[in-house]
Amino acid sequence: MENNHEEQLVHTEHKHGYGVYILVWMALMALTGVTVAVAGINFGGLTIATALVIASIKTYLVLTIFMHLRSESKTFRAFVGVALLFLIISFILLFSDYSFIVRN
Amino acid sequence: MSSQEHAVAHAHRDDIGARMGMWLFLFTELILFGGMFILYSVYRYKYPDAFHLAAKELNTIVGTFNTAILLTSSLTMALSITAIQRKQKALSIFFQMLTIVLALGFMVNKYFEWTAKFHHGIYPGSETLLAQPAGEIVFFGLYYVMTGLHGLHVLIGMVLIAVMMRFTSTGIITSDSYVKLESAGLYWHLVDIIWIFLFPLFYLIT
Repeated sequence: MENNHEEQLVHTEHKHGYGVYILVWMALMALTGVTVAVAGINFGGLTIATALVIASIKTYLVLTIFMHLRSESKTFRAFVGVALLFLIISFILLFSDYSFIVRN
Repeated sequence: MSSQEHAVAHAHRDDIGARMGMWLFLFTELILFGGMFILYSVYRYKYPDAFHLAAKELNTIVGTFNTAILLTSSLTMALSITAIQRKQKALSIFFQMLTIVLALGFMVNKYFEWTAKFHHGIYPGSETLLAQPAGEIVFFGLYYVMTGLHGLHVLIGMVLIAVMMRFTSTGIITSDSYVKLESAGLYWHLVDIIWIFLFPLFYLIT
């Protein structure tokens, strides 16, 4: 029964209003507009970086608000953090290995 | 189990465990798409000019429109959960239906996009495509595999949300038991996140 009570507590924390979601949606749409607008400008090597930074900001908003990570327990955030960390590690290792092979 | 009284039905419920299980599944999806993004970056690094040229074939307006559709569908999905929490059952079903309609719109756009490419002879293994430089063949190979796999996820999501609509209307999903709807939502938002990255990487190389 105690567990049930905890669950109820967690659930009440989960209750976002409609307004928060609509605000996040507006931010996501605006950021999409920014990505499209910025894509036309040539920053050289920074062009891809800009697009990826904006995509990451959008992802952060979706993860924290739409996917409720902000109101989940720390365990969930640690889970997602570790998963993303390992994805980034595999990216860096594979990519540095590949560019090393190409250069030699 | 669903026919039991409320108090009894709650006995073995573990909503946190259910959501954590869903997240674990989403991590496997992350690895699936992550591998493809690694492939993409390696080939883009190898053929930067061909990727630029090939990306010009893609319609940025359709891509942007589809991004807006998918982001909006993520909003309606999130709203449907708030609605069920507030005991607004009909409104929740309406938002879920809206999500499916938007997903359908996304797929219809994809259909027209792909058929237009097919008409131009650009599809995996076509003579027109094979006559192009290696980098462009790889670009379109990745384009079809990655957006195709993403499209498959959109289709699965539509079926999943349709089942959730049925569950909501039959009372399996209620204002105090909606973890199924939450899990379907998590899946849907992940599909949205993947598109958030696919969109600039394929449509916005100028």
